[in-house]
Amino acid sequence: MTQDTLLTFALAILLLPLAAFAVMIFVGKRLPRQGDWLSTSAIFAALVLALTVLYAKLTQYHADTLALNFTWIDFHEVPGIGPLRIVLGFAVDNLTAVMLVVVTLISALVHLFSTGYMKGDVRYSRYFAYLGLFSFSMLTIVLANNLFLLYVGWELVGICSYLLIGHWYEKKSASDAAIKAFVVNRVGDLGFFIGIAILYMTFRTFSLSEIFEGIRSGHLPYGSQWWLTAAGVLLFCGAVGKSAQFPLHVWLPDAMEGPTPVSALIHAATMVAAGVYLVARLFPLMTADALLVIAYIGAITAFIGATIAIAQNDIKKVLAYSTISQLGYMIMALGVGAYSAGVFHLVTHAMFKAGLFLGSGSVIHAMHGALHHTHEHDTDPQDIRNMGGLRAKMPVTFWTFVVYTLAISGVPLTSGFLSKDEILAGTLAFGGLTGHVVIPLIGFLVAGLTAFYMFRLVILTFLGEHKASGRIEHVHESPLVMTVPLLVLAGLSLFIFYSVNPFGGGSSWIVRSVERPESTVPAALAAPSAGVFEEVLGNVHGTAMLLSLAVAGLGILAAFATYYWKKISADAFARSLAPLHRFLVNKWYFDELYNAVVVNGVLALAALLRWVDTWIIDGAVNGAGSLTRVTSFVSGKFDTYVVDGFVNSTAYLSGFFGLVLRKFQTGRVQTYVLFAVLGVMVFYFIFRLV
Amino acid sequence: MQLFDIAFYVFALITIISACIVVFSKNIIYAAFSLLFTFFGVAALYVLLHADFLAVTQVLIYVGGILVLLLFGVMLTNNVISVDMKTGTIQTIPALILVAIVAGSLAGLCYSTWKGVAEPAAGGPQTTTATLGQMLMTSYVIPFEIASVVLLVALIGAAMTARRHRNS
Amino acid sequence: MGSLESFWNEFSAWLPHVRLAHFLVVSAVLFALGIYAIASRRNAIMVLMGVELILNAANINFIAFSRYSAGMNFDGQIAAIFVIILAAAEAAIGLAIVLNIYHRFQTVNVDEVSSLKE
Repeated sequence: MTQDTLLTFALAILLLPLAAFAVMIFVGKRLPRQGDWLSTSAIFAALVLALTVLYAKLTQYHADTLALNFTWIDFHEVPGIGPLRIVLGFAVDNLTAVMLVVVTLISALVHLFSTGYMKGDVRYSRYFAYLGLFSFSMLTIVLANNLFLLYVGWELVGICSYLLIGHWYEKKSASDAAIKAFVVNRVGDLGFFIGIAILYMTFRTFSLSEIFEGIRSGHLPYGSQWWLTAAGVLLFCGAVGKSAQFPLHVWLPDAMEGPTPVSALIHAATMVAAGVYLVARLFPLMTADALLVIAYIGAITAFIGATIAIAQNDIKKVLAYSTISQLGYMIMALGVGAYSAGVFHLVTHAMFKAGLFLGSGSVIHAMHGALHHTHEHDTDPQDIRNMGGLRAKMPVTFWTFVVYTLAISGVPLTSGFLSKDEILAGTLAFGGLTGHVVIPLIGFLVAGLTAFYMFRLVILTFLGEHKASGRIEHVHESPLVMTVPLLVLAGLSLFIFYSVNPFGGGSSWIVRSVERPESTVPAALAAPSAGVFEEVLGNVHGTAMLLSLAVAGLGILAAFATYYWKKISADAFARSLAPLHRFLVNKWYFDELYNAVVVNGVLALAALLRWVDTWIIDGAVNGAGSLTRVTSFVSGKFDTYVVDGFVNSTAYLSGFFGLVLRKFQTGRVQTYVLFAVLGVMVFYFIFRLV
Repeated sequence: MQLFDIAFYVFALITIISACIVVFSKNIIYAAFSLLFTFFGVAALYVLLHADFLAVTQVLIYVGGILVLLLFGVMLTNNVISVDMKTGTIQTIPALILVAIVAGSLAGLCYSTWKGVAEPAAGGPQTTTATLGQMLMTSYVIPFEIASVVLLVALIGAAMTARRHRNS
Repeated sequence: MGSLESFWNEFSAWLPHVRLAHFLVVSAVLFALGIYAIASRRNAIMVLMGVELILNAANINFIAFSRYSAGMNFDGQIAAIFVIILAAAEAAIGLAIVLNIYHRFQTVNVDEVSSLKE
């Protein structure tokens, strides 16, 4: 296939979900079955095209990047800035091709699952419309070759996340969670935006390839390496928000208020992976310091997520914190320089985490049905303490769930083992190269914890005895549309699709296709180069594998010992470490901290401004008004008494003189004569004296 | 000139006293007759001033005409029951004050001529009639004619005004 | 008769020699009296008498000045003639009016004829 065809297919993949969204949002309700078949077939068509593109790319254009640029706006010469032209475009390289498949595949399976899970929902067609919009947005991020278009897609997925988390917006907790997700993402996006601005101001272009060229030729932002590091860290802020890294991870657990398929699609497989994808895209311009920051943040996030997950009882919350932890892993991998491992883990995690969420959806769906039958409307269908023994009633769900759990725990023969192994090896190499041994330490610790809490989840949900024997009778397996995606994803969680060698992650086609790009950063600031890294990696690989197998085994053993064989009492353990337990159950009190500092801070500021507005501004306005009223009052009185008084007194005087002078009109001629003679005498005297 | 002075003083006194009676008398008939003596006194003064024609004219017209007319008026406008007809004054005080002022001013004026001309002009015709007649017909002919017209108008006007109006 | 003559001489020496001023004084007095009569007498006929007094006073003035001025000057006398003429005309008219007033108001008291009063 020619390059143009490939690019056309890529554009088609991009626009198919958008078309589905447009149709669904306007006429969806009137279509038969509210149009779910329209959305699902559109995304499946996109999946087929994506597979074709991946195959063609990897076989024919393995080392190339196929790009399609277009000028969006050309302002020509702008006084004071110079020539201003914004060029946008799409590009398909190996990373993009892989991501295309991941996004369309998970989206397609979620569409299919939703036709069963969301059956009878009050806003059925709108849900599918938003799924289509989300797919389009995510594909925009993946296909963009410039920061501008990437940012557009970035914000769009944020909106879709808000809309889908708040799908059942009548529930206050759901609408609150939607707002929280959007606002917390926004905080990260602020840093992202400033980073983009720094890069644009320096290089006058949004195109990534041109920016890399610029840096490679030695042109640093504002001529200083600090600014380059700062730009890198700021751009990473976007990933911190989107991928729920510490400290902006607080929105992800609350996002579980949305429908479970949404959690699967957005909050497990794709949107949260956008952050990882961003870091992978921007890898060439990261300095060693920036990468160090990224690695640490990833490690800390992984640790926090895992520790909280062990103490949670809601099935979706456990998976949410597990997601946070695994995202931390991916970010950490990119930070230490294990680029391909990070991307690999992104792909494998998407598969098994989506599967885990869909599986939990299946469980919740069954629990809902059972509780409805037994008329227990107060029991939480998502609480694992209400479950147990579901294995017999839901075999498909159970076995697929086990496969996912094995994958996430890093048990051999799964895809998860391959990718996690690569990451852990990478951290060891990093620790050895740079001396930051904390990172591999955390990595292995979290691996163990992951195995523990995931198997805890499986045991409590599916194994043992169900708490209420009456209820279990009404639990049954989910319909085909829900179990088929589970099976597909379970299959994709096995090693076969990724590498021929079940123990050799390095020989995976993904790892070989998505190679670590050359850093464009000046050598003095760059992390150890790929070559050096590879060499050290090879040395520590064996050690890493052994260690990872050991910690995974320990974790699984501990889980069974505590929850299945009941040799160790979880409750006694929790009671003995009550403060620590409380700390973990309450999610390290992050929400409370943010509430007190940020939320109350903003509210206090709002109250202060309201005070200013009421007293100072309104006071000024009211004062002006009062002043005007007083002035007009005084003026009125002045008018009444002084002016009118003057006029009235004039009239009064006239009347008075008239009254007086009236006396002269006696009607007697002789009086007139008297006055006439008097007048003559007056004149005489005047002339005499003058 | 002694006789002249004495004559002057006598006739001046007659004139002034008569005039005072005219003005201050309550009885209107007394006032009218005093006016007669005033006119005569003035005529005598005219003679002393060598205005013989005027003296006679004064007597003729003033006494014979105007005084008679005034008497007619008195008789016609009062209920003549007795000779004693009383009449009063109004606004006496203001009039007296004014008159005092007037008199004072005039007296002051007169004083200023005290040192002036003393002797009358010498010469002149014994009688003035011819001279006056000539002057009237030559220098003062227009005023003379107008005076005749005025008399005519007065005649007609008086006749018109005073006639008894018939009720129609 | 010597003492009578000497008394007469002394008396006449005491009286000032008559000059223009004396005539003017007489005239002034007559004038003032005439003004008083006009201004304060109640009867209309008395007012007319006052008017005649004034005119006579003016005549005396004219003739006195005519006599005591330089040269043969008879202009004063001419003026006096005209004054007499006009006095006659005026007296006629005035009395006609008074008769009319008497006919209308049944009185000739000037303060009772006050229709013009405010």
